[in-house]
Amino acid sequence: MRALLPLGLFILIGLAFAIGLTKDPRQISSELINQPFPAFSLTELYDETQIITEETVKGQVSLINVFGSWCVACNVEHPVLMDIAKGEQVHLIGMDWRDERSKAKRWLAKRGNPYKTIIFDDESVLAITLGVTGAPESFITDKSGQIRYKHVGVITPQIWRETLLPIIKALEEE
Amino acid sequence: MRWFFSIVLIIATSFTSFAQITDAEVEARAKEVGRSLRCVVCQNQSIDESDAPLASDMRKLVRKRLKEGDSNAEVIDYMQQRYGDYVLLKPPVQTNTYALWFLPFLLLLCAFGWFFKVARKAGAES
Repeated sequence: MRALLPLGLFILIGLAFAIGLTKDPRQISSELINQPFPAFSLTELYDETQIITEETVKGQVSLINVFGSWCVACNVEHPVLMDIAKGEQVHLIGMDWRDERSKAKRWLAKRGNPYKTIIFDDESVLAITLGVTGAPESFITDKSGQIRYKHVGVITPQIWRETLLPIIKALEEE
Repeated sequence: MRWFFSIVLIIATSFTSFAQITDAEVEARAKEVGRSLRCVVCQNQSIDESDAPLASDMRKLVRKRLKEGDSNAEVIDYMQQRYGDYVLLKPPVQTNTYALWFLPFLLLLCAFGWFFKVARKAGAES
């Protein structure tokens, strides 16, 4: 019986590691799911005089996409966003994060602009309020302006088809 | 009547000078708050030590909120509401961290128990 004690302990520790180590600590769950989109007041990327507030995300289901001209993965994601814009399946809002206006404009001029509106957040004011840790990151809000889903990383055609689009369709029916 | 107003004025101005916190104080408190917040893009550094751009923006926000009159705890709370427990470098004591906080003490107790048991046995034998 005594001899089984170390074995028991070993199994216990092994189990704890087996569960603990498969969880990615970088995957921070969003605290903001089912919370209203935070209040903010920032300018538009192309029009410095236009003030954008949280009202922009209200009234229709929106996809808010965090990007930046410095963000390498955003290059990969961009064609997918162009396709989404072409299909007009969702109100697509961009959030240009920690960027310079000129660089962002050049980046979009080269690749095309899929966004209806672009929030310019050069000092992470909205990014921190949204708990953003990297780009690209995307949020889906419902018609009342509540955040319902957060996707960290690139939106691939598969993720769009199998995860995001069904969520958007369901929210549109609410 | 004039003396009355001058007294009111003196009191009013002294109050505002109390309410205003100095830059040095904000700086010291921002450092303290910064040391307890994890830089969310660099895993195991506080935002006070990190060179990451996001950490620098988070430091700015901490300063701004302190200047606007938030307490240290309120600023940390604000960050926790956005980034979750992950942003806290010192894990809070709550159900999912009981094992983390109390297991070492439990193990110590077990070790003491075992030690006394063996010691008593050794004493009885000699």
